[in-house]
Amino acid sequence: MVVFKKPHALTDVPMHYCPGCTHGIIHRLVAEAIDELGIEGRTVGVASVGCSVMSYDYFNCDMVEAAHGRAPAVATGLKRSMPENIIFTYQGDGDLAAIGTAETVHAASRGENITVIFVNNAIYGMTGGQMAPTSLPGQITQTTPYGRDVTKQGYPVKVCELLSGLDGPTYLERVSVDTPQAVKKAKKAITKAFRNQVEGKGFSLVEVLSTCPTNWGLTPVESLKWCRENMIPYYPLGVYRDKGAEK
Amino acid sequence: MSEKVLMKGNEAIAEAAIRSGCRYYLGYPITPQTEIAAYMAKRMPKIGGTFLQAESEISAINMVYGVACSGKRCMTSSSSPGISLKCEGLSYLAACDLPSVIVNVQRGGPGLGGIQPSQSDYFQATKGSGHGDFRMIVLAPSSVQEMADLTSLAFDLADKHRMPSMILADGTIGQMMEPVELSDTMHETHYEKPWACTGTNLKREHNIINSLILKPEILEQLNIERYKKYEVVEKEEVRYEEFMMDDAEICIVAFGIASRVSKSAIVEARKQGIKVGLIRPITLWPFPSEPIKAAADKVKSFISVELSMGQLIYDVQLAEECRKPVYLCSRVGGMIVSPDYVLNKIVEVNNLGGEN
Repeated sequence: MVVFKKPHALTDVPMHYCPGCTHGIIHRLVAEAIDELGIEGRTVGVASVGCSVMSYDYFNCDMVEAAHGRAPAVATGLKRSMPENIIFTYQGDGDLAAIGTAETVHAASRGENITVIFVNNAIYGMTGGQMAPTSLPGQITQTTPYGRDVTKQGYPVKVCELLSGLDGPTYLERVSVDTPQAVKKAKKAITKAFRNQVEGKGFSLVEVLSTCPTNWGLTPVESLKWCRENMIPYYPLGVYRDKGAEK
Repeated sequence: MSEKVLMKGNEAIAEAAIRSGCRYYLGYPITPQTEIAAYMAKRMPKIGGTFLQAESEISAINMVYGVACSGKRCMTSSSSPGISLKCEGLSYLAACDLPSVIVNVQRGGPGLGGIQPSQSDYFQATKGSGHGDFRMIVLAPSSVQEMADLTSLAFDLADKHRMPSMILADGTIGQMMEPVELSDTMHETHYEKPWACTGTNLKREHNIINSLILKPEILEQLNIERYKKYEVVEKEEVRYEEFMMDDAEICIVAFGIASRVSKSAIVEARKQGIKVGLIRPITLWPFPSEPIKAAADKVKSFISVELSMGQLIYDVQLAEECRKPVYLCSRVGGMIVSPDYVLNKIVEVNNLGGEN
């Protein structure tokens, strides 16, 4: 009896992610959601610039790679021209909350019927560990070698809180993948974000708190602990918007 | 059957796009091309199309990228400062070989510049529309009729060669009204697009549209392949008009509004017995080098008439291989050459007799 297998929506291409990075888990959750909803054949994913840029090789559905920060605009073009297709973006914090802030805010504001998977690991991983818009106060990175000084580098951007100020979004939830229980919750949220689109409900974004052992300079286990002890208190988990649940 | 209507140049672009099967217009307001957006906003909802006002030119061109990935015909339009913002997207469109149509109704620059007509984005359109080695097909209309006809052609060429094409117009032609014949034969030609990301239906391998190529030997090869395609375009798609060139001793090279003014000046100069003619590039890329090269065998000199500080002139010199002097006749900043201004230059150049 098969008790565990690779989701069909993932390819056999070996992933390039560093040991202990949670992108692999999040990719799997996205693929499981696509499998469970039976939408792989009509799904088009939009990869963004950052560590997950090569996700176009890992998802079995059609994939488009967007310019840095522009994934929500590209997804808008895809969705508007193919309303029957399921369009998702997979973006990191630099892509979504720094260079692509305008695209994110306005796609959300328009209530585009797309699904955004937002992976927040509080650092620029791909370029070697620079400050992200979501780096925590005091966090040491390559470009904040003395720690993020909020008087000079400003405060982190809280994406779910920011977007919850808009009327447009249908569903906003922040989850983490630091424990098996958390992974289960994350799966539920991601599946819901895709189901919303299938049901034509509008803009859904799931922010997933993630880890970067390589650039945080921690072991995989320490990274999960750091996420739990430092990120979750600053970025509280939970549902920030759920129009479906509002009566 | 076709109908003749009085239209603004900008409206002619919009109507021709719709008639050519474009159902997706993504744009951002900027003078002097906003009539295109206004026309699309009015018409698209009535014909099952999409008009979307983006939050920026950057977003608009990336929405175009998204629609283009689905294989559908799509268009954006802007004016000079806005086109600068779209350049990132143009590079990606070219890198992913995505058919798309971009309209630039030029205004004076640099910077925010002015809102009056200009042709000072010639370099940008033909040489440097973004980072990396790539080309766009660049079409230069000189009448409202051509605004319509070349827009339709731009869609066909984009699909045929899988690359972005640009309509490089200017504020004059965008704003002026002329009778235009809208042909009923204007339609969407069907091109197979097996590369489009429309969903696998679980029946084929997944399509990937991407421009990240980390292996230099592969990236080099892709560039070489793309330039082979450009060679075909250069061979097959050059378009130009010759005017009074049979016995010409002076050859004006001009496009768009500058070519129209030049024609009036040529007619006047001919009355004075000066043998002057015009070569009008309709495609700015691919550039009509051959007729200009051939003209260099016959004429004593060239005049590049343009609304820029001397951009087109370099391509004229390259084409005629610097065998004859090329003089610049230009006004910039939103000022337009008048027929008298061009005529004075013709007389001046005629008096020089082809000597440097």
